[in-house]
Formats: sequence, C-alpha cells, structure tokens
Amino acid sequence: MSAFSAIGEGKEIDRNDYTPGLEPQATWCPGCGDFGVLKALKGAAAELGKSPDEMLLVTGIGCSGKLNSYFESYGFHTIHGRSLPVARAAKLANPGLQVVAAGGDGDGYGIGGNHFMHSARENHDMTYIVFNNEIFGLTKGQTSPTSPMGHKSKTQPHGSAKQPLRPLSLSLTSGASYIARTAAVNPNQAKDIIVEAMEHDGFSHVDFLTQCPTWNKDARQYVPYVDIQDSDDYDFDVSDRREASEMMHETEDALHEGTVLTGRYYVDSDRPSYQQEKQQIGEMPEEPLAERYFDDSYEWERSYDNFLDKHK
Amino acid sequence: MTNDELIWRIAGGSGDGIASTSQNFAKALMRSGLNVFTHRHYPSRIRGGHTYTEIRASADPVKSRGDGYNFLLALGDSFARNPQQNAYYGNEEIKPLSENLDELREGGVIIYDSGLLDASEIEDFDERVEENDWHVYDLDLRTMAREHGREVMRNTAGVGATCALAGIDLEWIEELMTDAMPEKILEPNLEILHEAYDMVEEEYDVDAHDVKIPSGEHDEEQVLMSGSDAIAYGAIDEGCRFIAGYPMTPWTEVFTIMSQNLPELGGISEQVEDEIAAAALALGASHAGVKAMSGSSGGGFALMSEPLGLAEMTETPVVLIEAMRAGPSTGMPTKPEQGDLEHVLYTSQGDSHRIVFAPGTVAEAYTQTRKAFQIAYEYQIPSIVLYDQKLGGELVNVPASHFDEEPNPSLGSTLTEAEIEDAPHDESGKFSRFRYDTPEDNGVAPRSIPGQKGGRFLATGNEHMPEGHISESPENRVFQMNKRMRKLEAIREELDGDGVNNTVYGEEDAQYGFLTFGSQQGTVEEAVDRLNDAGHSVKMLGVSEMAPYPVDQVTEFIESVDEVLVVEMNASAQFRGLTQKEIGRYGDKLSSLLKYNGNPFEPQDIVEGFEVNIVEDDEHPHTRTKYVPAAGD
Ligand SMILES: Cc1ncc(C[n+]2csc(CCOP(=O)(O)OP(=O)(O)O)c2C)c(N)n1
Ligand code: SF4
Repeated sequence: MSAFSAIGEGKEIDRNDYTPGLEPQATWCPGCGDFGVLKALKGAAAELGKSPDEMLLVTGIGCSGKLNSYFESYGFHTIHGRSLPVARAAKLANPGLQVVAAGGDGDGYGIGGNHFMHSARENHDMTYIVFNNEIFGLTKGQTSPTSPMGHKSKTQPHGSAKQPLRPLSLSLTSGASYIARTAAVNPNQAKDIIVEAMEHDGFSHVDFLTQCPTWNKDARQYVPYVDIQDSDDYDFDVSDRREASEMMHETEDALHEGTVLTGRYYVDSDRPSYQQEKQQIGEMPEEPLAERYFDDSYEWERSYDNFLDKHK
Repeated sequence: MTNDELIWRIAGGSGDGIASTSQNFAKALMRSGLNVFTHRHYPSRIRGGHTYTEIRASADPVKSRGDGYNFLLALGDSFARNPQQNAYYGNEEIKPLSENLDELREGGVIIYDSGLLDASEIEDFDERVEENDWHVYDLDLRTMAREHGREVMRNTAGVGATCALAGIDLEWIEELMTDAMPEKILEPNLEILHEAYDMVEEEYDVDAHDVKIPSGEHDEEQVLMSGSDAIAYGAIDEGCRFIAGYPMTPWTEVFTIMSQNLPELGGISEQVEDEIAAAALALGASHAGVKAMSGSSGGGFALMSEPLGLAEMTETPVVLIEAMRAGPSTGMPTKPEQGDLEHVLYTSQGDSHRIVFAPGTVAEAYTQTRKAFQIAYEYQIPSIVLYDQKLGGELVNVPASHFDEEPNPSLGSTLTEAEIEDAPHDESGKFSRFRYDTPEDNGVAPRSIPGQKGGRFLATGNEHMPEGHISESPENRVFQMNKRMRKLEAIREELDGDGVNNTVYGEEDAQYGFLTFGSQQGTVEEAVDRLNDAGHSVKMLGVSEMAPYPVDQVTEFIESVDEVLVVEMNASAQFRGLTQKEIGRYGDKLSSLLKYNGNPFEPQDIVEGFEVNIVEDDEHPHTRTKYVPAAGD
C-alpha cells in the first residue's frame, strides 16, 4: 500500500473542504483582489476532485503569501521570492502531489525573478499563480516591477522612471508551456483557467490581476475586461509561439493604456515536462522518491558495495 | 619518522595531468603497504601556471603533509609555451623547477625534464645544489615520450625514473596502470615506464643518494579517500537521495561526486540557478519526505542564510555542507582557511540555531556527515558539515572497513499514516505538527509528509501555532521558542554519549594543551608527537562539534593543563573566541597560534610556535604564523 494514500483518492470534494476550520488571522483588506484568487482556486480544486491532503500549496511572502492561511491543504509558506524552488523540489520528490505555487508580483517577478525564469525554462510540472496587483501590498504600497511608468509611491516620489515588466512575454521567452492571464473580477474564467493550468503537464503560469484597493487606489480595477477567447476581435492560435507572442505584446501594451485583456495565451501540450525529460535520461526514478522511505522491503545501496573498489 | 619517509613532489602546469598521475602513484604506494598523505597546490587557473602535488609515504601513520620534501619530479609546463606565448602567460616554463627549490630538504633528489626545462636559466642553481647536497638528474623525458607518440606521457616516464631512483618496485605501478588505463594507451605507457626505469638504472648510480622508499605493511585493506569523497559517501550511506547545488570551489567536489552517483542509486541531483534556490530545493524535497542536502562555499553559503533560517523555523530537516576557502568575498578560491566558522555559526536572523560538525580527518568526515543527517532528521533542525579546502582535497588511506556500515534510510521523527491517525489533531482536523507538549520532552514533535492522509499542516517561516497557523500571540511565541531551544540540550546529551567524538591525543597528564578544530587536527597530532619526543609534555583536543559546543569536555581539558595554545587557520581567532564565549572563564589560559597566508599549518609551525611562545616566551621568529597571547576573562 502506498504511504501516501491521499494521492489520487478521487472522492467527491466540495469547495468548502478547502476552507480551514480555524479562523485565519484576518490579513486581507476588504475588497482585496486576493479573495478572487482564493475563490477561483477553491473552485478549481473541487472541480478537479483533488483532496486537500494531496495538494501542496507553496507561497512566498506578501499579502499574496497569506493564501495559505485561507486555503486548507498541505502548505509551505516560505520566504520572499522563493516559493518556486521549494515547490519544484517537492514535485520532484513526489510527482503524485498536486503542487501549486503562489506569490505576488514583487515576490515572483522581482526578488524571485531568477527562479521564475528558470522554473519556466525547465518546464517543471506545476502551477504558478502570480497575484499581480502592480504594487507591494504588505510593505505598504511601494512600486513593484509591474507598476506602470510614472507610478508615484513613497519610495518613488517623483514617479517610476522604469518600464513595467511584461510578465506574459517574459514567461514565454523563458519557456513556460502554459501561459494565461485572468483577473479577480472575472471569477468564472479564473476558475476555468486554474483548472486547465493544474491539469497541464508542464509549467503553467497564471498572471492573475488582483486589485489592491488599499495602496493602488489609482489603479484600474481591471473592469471592464475582455476575454480574448470570447471575442471575435482577437483570433490567434494559442499553440503557435509567434502568434501568442504578438498577442501577449498587444495585451501588455493595452494594459498600460487601460484596456484589460484576459484569457489563454500559450498552450504547448506536446512538450514533455521536466520530470518526464529527467526520467527519460535516467536521472529520476519512475517511482516517487518519497515513497521509498516508507517501503520496508526496499534494499538501500551503500557506498561500500558500490564505490569503494575504485579507491583500492 | 622523518628519515623513514619518501615525500615526493610532482610539479608542472595545471592541465598537464599532475593530479591524475600523483593519484595513481599514491595509490600504488598505498597498495605496497605504506601509509600515504597527499597535498595539492594549485592556482585559480585552468591551464598552465605552476602546480604540484606532494605525496608523503611512510610505514608509520602519516597525518599531515610534513615539513618540506625530499624528492622532486619537475615536468615542464606545456601551457607556458603555448598558445599565447607573448600574451598573458609569459614564459613560465622554468617554474616547475625554480619554484620548488625552497622546500626541498638537504640531500634531496631532483629529476627534471631537460626536454623542456633548462636549469641554467635559474641563476644560482648550481650553488644551491652544492650547498644542499642535492642529487640532480636531468632526463629528456619529453623526447622519450614523443618517441612513443604522445608528449603527455612525460608523466609516466617521470614515474618510471622515480621508481628506479627511489627503489620502488614497478609491479605496483604496472598493476595500477592496467586497472586504470584503456587498452589503447596502456601499451605505450607501459613501454615508456620500463624504458625510463631501465635507462636510469643503466646510466646512473641510483645508490648515490639515500632517499629511498620505505617498506610497510597494512593489517587490513585500505582505500585512498579524500574528505570530499568521504562526505559524499557518508551522505549516500545515510540515505540521502536528493542534492541541489550551484558550483563553487571547493564545495564543487562533493556536489560532483553526488551528481555522478545519485542517478544510479535512484536519486536526484539538480544543478540550479543559484545558492538560494539550491538550499530552497533541499528544503522542498525534505518537506516532501526525502533525505536531502545542499551546500556551498563562503559566498554561496551567504546566500543560503534565509533558507537556513526557514529550515529552523519550519523544523524541516536539511543538511548543508560548507567548504571553507580563504575570504572575505571571493578571497583566494583555491586556498584553504578556517575563516567561515562564525559565518556558519551565526548567519541568519533571530535566535536561530543549527548543528555544526567540523570533522578533523577524512575518516571523521564520513562518520560526522552521517551523524549530521541523523541529527537533522531526528531533531528536525538544519545541520551543517563545515570543512575546508585542505580536508576536501587531500587523499589519505583509510581502512576500507571504516565504510562497511549499514545504510540508514530512516526519516527520523516522521509518522506513518497509521500513526497520524492516532496523533493529536486540532478540532478543525489539522494535525498538530508543532505541538509543544512533545512526546519525549526533547522539543521534537514528529512530522507528517504531504500526501499522507490526515496529516495536513502549514509550514511557515512566520511564528506559528501548533497546527502551523501564523500567530503573534506572546504566549505561543515563548512556548514555540522554548520548544525549538529544547532540542539543543537533547542533542548535546546525545552527542556526549554517541562515540562520534572530539579527538583527544597525547599524554593524558600533560602540562600543556593544544586546542584545534577541523582539518588542522592531524598536523597538531604530529606536532604533539614531536614535542613529546623532544622532552616536552603536551596533548591535544581536536574539537569537531562546533554547535552545540562540548562545554564540559573542553572545560575539563583546559582545567587539566597549565596553558592552552589554540591552533586555527584564520586571522581573527574565531575558534578561540567561540571557546571563550562558550566556556565563560579560563580565558587567560588560552592563547592563539594563527596562520592565514593561504597555506595550512605544517607540524614545524606548531612546534616552533609552542617552543618560542610558550616555553621561551619570545618574539615569534616567523612571519608565517601569528601568536596572540592570552586575552583574560
Ligand atoms: C528578503 C526580503 N526582503 C524584503 C521583505 C519585505 N517584504 C515583504 S512582502 C514584500 C513585497 C510584497 O509584494 P508583492 O510580492 O507584490 O505581494 P503583495 O503584498 O502585493 O501581495 C516585501 C518587500 C522580505 N520579507 N524579505
Ligand atoms: S494591502 Fe492590498 S493586496 Fe494587501 S490585502 Fe490589502 S488590498 Fe490586498
């Protein structure tokens, strides 16, 4: 019998199963877009029939990182910017786990930018949700990598002289195999996209537009939004890199100008995930590595039998 | 013992095969029944530049490099001529000969390759030869090698000539070459080995000098091991099957050995984007139920400071390896130093704790790495193996049986699903992962692993309640802090009784003591022998448990002698500082002998430091080491 019997349990799951019985320490402001991510994630997990015991939610630091307090599952609330490397390794150790990483735009595109690039490049089989509110929320409203040019904050009183980062384009050039943008104000699309992202075999990146009414009062609240898949104005092939890239550019430019486009931008279902590649070249066991530590019949090899000859 | 040993130095350019040739030679000497110790000197440069390896071989135990050496094989630096002779490299051709003369003992032997080296370029060569009674053999090894097809076989020719002059049986070398070399290159190498040997025997009086190979015998089978090998094998035997890293000298060696072996054992190795990621991956894998490690050297370890604290706060077991080199910053990449002790002990914010081992020998590197994993997983705390470039790179013989230990894949304090069912849960259903009424009262609450039914909890770097929810409650904070601190006492107790010990050496009731840590242990032991032979009365305590510190054992040691000289390889006496801080008294009994020029202590440094400073109470005559007298309490 598996040591991890919660994995693949497949019983009827209700979205309320993801609500902690404990009162979370209230940290999110009323009207915060983060509640939209929570709702979408609960809906998606329920739709997929994943039990809270087989999900590992790994977060960074920020208001976004508090997602763990509101979502019932195994959790690892890590350090600023470092959710991805923790999540990647957990998935390598036990590919049966449903691994989701989440954090803010400061967390994911700023301090954790290097990890973002490399996790996408390696195409780890996991989902990464970035709460993009174009601001540092938890540290009280400083400029973030996605804040628009000219954005004024206490640490940038003359306005930002920097171009905002383009998360969708960055994700594509880095190598993510599933890329979408959704918004807290668009709950049905958000849930559907997270379901797809979690089902996708490879690195799925969801740039999730979340409003921060506390610090980003001037920011567009991402309404009205356009769902590009529902609109006749935006016709492109999501499996074509070039077309996806152009669409992403258009979307990112539009957001700077006040038009919110959301939807799926790139889906590559053919590319094997990192886990599969690694197994193929013989660098990763077929059975989950973590299982082995609970298998009493497993014969552990040791250095004396394997390596000492070459030292004699 | 100094008369009864061969210390052979092979010098040449980086990339000319000095390391592999010397490794084979050392192994041949070990197989012949001798004890061996190798010392590598290399610049932070890939090809060309002066490099050497020294092999000390004796029938008696060899614990350090010794002082000076008695047999030089100087090969040309093939990269000094080529490819950019007039650009960066300049003409360094003569260095393998010129740079090595200072430490060659009186009566020593020199073989140099006259095909590449011209001794007349060294100004006072002939005078020095005469003055020191050196025996010089200029052999055209290069031409000999060329005749057999490949110039790199100069090495083999040099080994053949060495054997003829030092009286080493070729059989040992042949056997090794047959084991190590592919068919195609074996033939010409064997030919050249014999040719050089015969040529020297026929043309020279090989008994003109008395630098000869001693003979010895081992009671049991030996293996030639480096500290890096021993650390990697310790980890593997302890069930570690996941490593994540980023290259940095000298940690790279451990990382490489693990990466080359783990896939065959069904494990996973990841080279990742930086050291923060590396440590974070190790945490992620451990959280998901695998024995995991990471590591680095100074600068890379600095980046691991935050994940290290996260491991402590979330009580996630992990083992980190720290390979010291001379700092600060990138410092001297290929030179040893023990300057990261305080960095490793104190990095990371808050009242954070980790366990730190600093093995003193290659054999200890194996046992203490295993211990580091046991403690980390039993007590759910990060543990660190701290060593340096010297211990990592030196090759010594260790009885093979030392590694003949059972594997230990236990995840320590971890529950099965059946046990989780009986374990305490919050009424919400959450498992009480961080309960403070721990079953053994040692601060350890057994953990669950994601994917196990009913074991849900939140691991967070913020202060948290028993089931993992973030909390800033003052009462909970004190309970959780006490719980984490309680582990340290339990670990101290376990370490005191486990036999993986700090090393005591010398006369039990000696008048003076040496206190040292890590890689300097063997050198100090040798100095202790020499001093006792010279009529002094000394002993040594080699401390390998840096945290928690063995306060009782060290106190007892300090109390048992009149004065203690603390020997360490850094400029700010970090280990003495730690000792004074932990013991809290007897500070005026401690003085420091420090060396921080990029080279480890040699036994004579310690002998002199002791005689001049402790016995004669004089100014130290050397600039190589520094004496810092008692500080007081
Ligand atoms: C190494 C480090 N630097 C800085 C901080 C302080 N810090 C906490 S949250 C945060 C910014 C979070 O912004 P973002 O990721 O956009 O998340 P949000 O709060 O907007 O959800 C910062 C800078 C930290 N915790 N650790
Ligand atoms: S500060 Fe902004 S991002 Fe943070 S909880 Fe409040 S509204 Fe949300």
